[in-house]
Amino acid sequence: MSTATVEKPGFGATLWEYLTTVDHKKIAILYLLGGGFFFLLGGLEAMLIRLQLMLPDNNLIGAQFYNEIMTMHGTTMIFLAAMPLIFAFMNAVVPLQIGARDVAFPFLNSLGFWLFLFGGILLNLSWFLGGAPDGGWTAYAPFSIWSSTHGFDFYAIGLQISGFGTLMGGINFIVTIVNMRAPGMTYMRMPLFTWTALIASVLILFAFPALTVGLFFMTFDRLFGANFFVPEMGGNEIIWEHIFWIFGHPEVYILVLPAFGVFSEVISTFSKKRLFGYSAMVFATVLIAFFGFMVWAHHMFTVGMGPIANSIFAIATMAIAVPTGIKIFNWLFTMWGGSIRFSTPMLWAAGFIPTFTIGGMTGVMVAVAAADLQYHDTYFVVAHFHYVIVGGVVFGLIAGTHYWWPLIFGKVLNEKLGKWTFWFFFIGFHLTFFIQHFLGLMGMPRRYWKFLPGQDLEVGNFISTVGALLMAVGTIILLYNIIKTSVNGERSSQDPWDGRTLEWSLPNPTPHYNFKQLPLVRGLDPLWIEKTQGNGKLIPAEPLNDIHMPNNSFLPFMISLGLFITGIGVIFRPDSNVAYIAIIAGLVIAFGSMFIRSVKDDLGYHIHKEDLEEEGAGVE
Amino acid sequence: MADNTNSNYQDQFFKEKHKEEMKYQVITFAMMIAFTIIAFGLVVGDFSKYLVVPIILVLAVVQVLFQLYYFMHLNQKGHEMPSLMIFSGVFAAVLTILALTTITWI
Repeated sequence: MSTATVEKPGFGATLWEYLTTVDHKKIAILYLLGGGFFFLLGGLEAMLIRLQLMLPDNNLIGAQFYNEIMTMHGTTMIFLAAMPLIFAFMNAVVPLQIGARDVAFPFLNSLGFWLFLFGGILLNLSWFLGGAPDGGWTAYAPFSIWSSTHGFDFYAIGLQISGFGTLMGGINFIVTIVNMRAPGMTYMRMPLFTWTALIASVLILFAFPALTVGLFFMTFDRLFGANFFVPEMGGNEIIWEHIFWIFGHPEVYILVLPAFGVFSEVISTFSKKRLFGYSAMVFATVLIAFFGFMVWAHHMFTVGMGPIANSIFAIATMAIAVPTGIKIFNWLFTMWGGSIRFSTPMLWAAGFIPTFTIGGMTGVMVAVAAADLQYHDTYFVVAHFHYVIVGGVVFGLIAGTHYWWPLIFGKVLNEKLGKWTFWFFFIGFHLTFFIQHFLGLMGMPRRYWKFLPGQDLEVGNFISTVGALLMAVGTIILLYNIIKTSVNGERSSQDPWDGRTLEWSLPNPTPHYNFKQLPLVRGLDPLWIEKTQGNGKLIPAEPLNDIHMPNNSFLPFMISLGLFITGIGVIFRPDSNVAYIAIIAGLVIAFGSMFIRSVKDDLGYHIHKEDLEEEGAGVE
Repeated sequence: MADNTNSNYQDQFFKEKHKEEMKYQVITFAMMIAFTIIAFGLVVGDFSKYLVVPIILVLAVVQVLFQLYYFMHLNQKGHEMPSLMIFSGVFAAVLTILALTTITWI
């Protein structure tokens, strides 16, 4: 099979290529598009929330619509924006950083993406089919059970489908990182982004089953007459809270650890220094993940678990400040004495450190169980988690976008616009959320549709809304930057940032087989070692040989589509018998596609040695 | 011929090793049967509940470990990562069940 295509493929061919691709680099782009779309959607919902709360007793949107917007903002941002964007960078970078030609299971990788996308679309279809979920993104029973619209049916089924995708992605990356590292790439030579991707994947593997079980219970309670969360029938509402947070707290680390990884790469690259305390960083990452499973009940201090349980979870929570502090100091020491370049990614990293530290400190404050009875469900908590999630995860994702854009799309984003994005977003962010700490301390409860005049809450809320508008301006500048760069940006060199890790050793654009010959890794920061001690090029670890590649497949799309149709059928089954047609049709499509996948041998193809030689020498 | 002798040594080595492995398998199998008999005996015999339940649980855990390490070869080299993952998973699951049983369902 010849792989060399000279002419530019048409629109239809490109579309088909992306619908069927199993290449991790293209799946990364799909995740970036999907996650980016939902990020904008979630941002739009956030803007509506802030506009409603700009003035006291405001009537911009109705109470029911406000509840739906508020619920969907949280759900969309966590499950449909942050998660896929994290997966976008894991897909784009991890196989290249460890010197692999693809992930371990390319087909599953594609299936994971399509499941996420169809799950997300299903969840958002609720806007048009009778109303979105309206009981908060945590979906606590009994709000979720007694909510009269189909909103929480969409929540349960939509998140279940996209959760399958996430679980597959997590398993895929564990197997990839454990088994497919290039010769010489030992665990303690892996770049920190790969390490955090590995640990986040492990967290996904152990945390997502809890969500699956919880959503399963909710589905059965709402659609099939079960009573898991109905106290009158012997159920227990608190079980949902426990199950949700047993998943939900590790989920926070699933999001923030890869962001830590991005910052570790960025800070080390732009300080031109090896990461300070590399092994301590790895240890801290593992420790955070370990503690992450023992702290979930700090979300439930007011439930009435008793003083002993509250104290245990409070102390475990405070203990997390230790490994996180190790990380903060290691980043600072990496910068110390480095030759720092404040390019856009580094600017985000520098902005992240103080922001995240503030979020961490309020985190210790809310971890004090006795004090938390005051903070609970006020804007103080809202401010706290936006400082860690936006200040940690979103800053990390935007830093990663600027840092790896040349790797993914072959062009460097405009630096000047990048800096404008940063300053608008950074100032807007602090304006929005810093004041919310004080609104919370003054007693403003979270999730309320409106506040009344004459309670000293007007100024704070107005400032908060102004800040949100500045963040929106920053995001729009980022979008403009992306469009401008894509249309008339110049192709960058293969290593625009003077990088240290393997992904920058590859030609631009990255060949679809990644490495012509797998590289030999001689230590931490392999490319930097070759730059300083070798000739700047990686030593191949194997002779040039045929490369085995997987075939594209349309089946992942069909399996996900089938589950999507079944999901809609299940949701509307109580209303109409027509829904049974959808359930059966969807299952036939999904299981039929799985059947085809099982019986049809698909052994992939080989890129022949001669063709590779013709293309010229790669790694020498 | 020299090569042949060499491979004979190797054969000998692997034979010894397999023999040893077989020995362990048989011993474990016998012990597992013994454990099962003990567990049955405890239930059949009229012992206190507070004695029977913990002993059966301990025997069960030991049996699972035997199963994993001797029959499913977790004791062999190259299984560090799978065992790490198994035990992390067990840790997360036990923590969950422990917390739910002590905090929620009392």
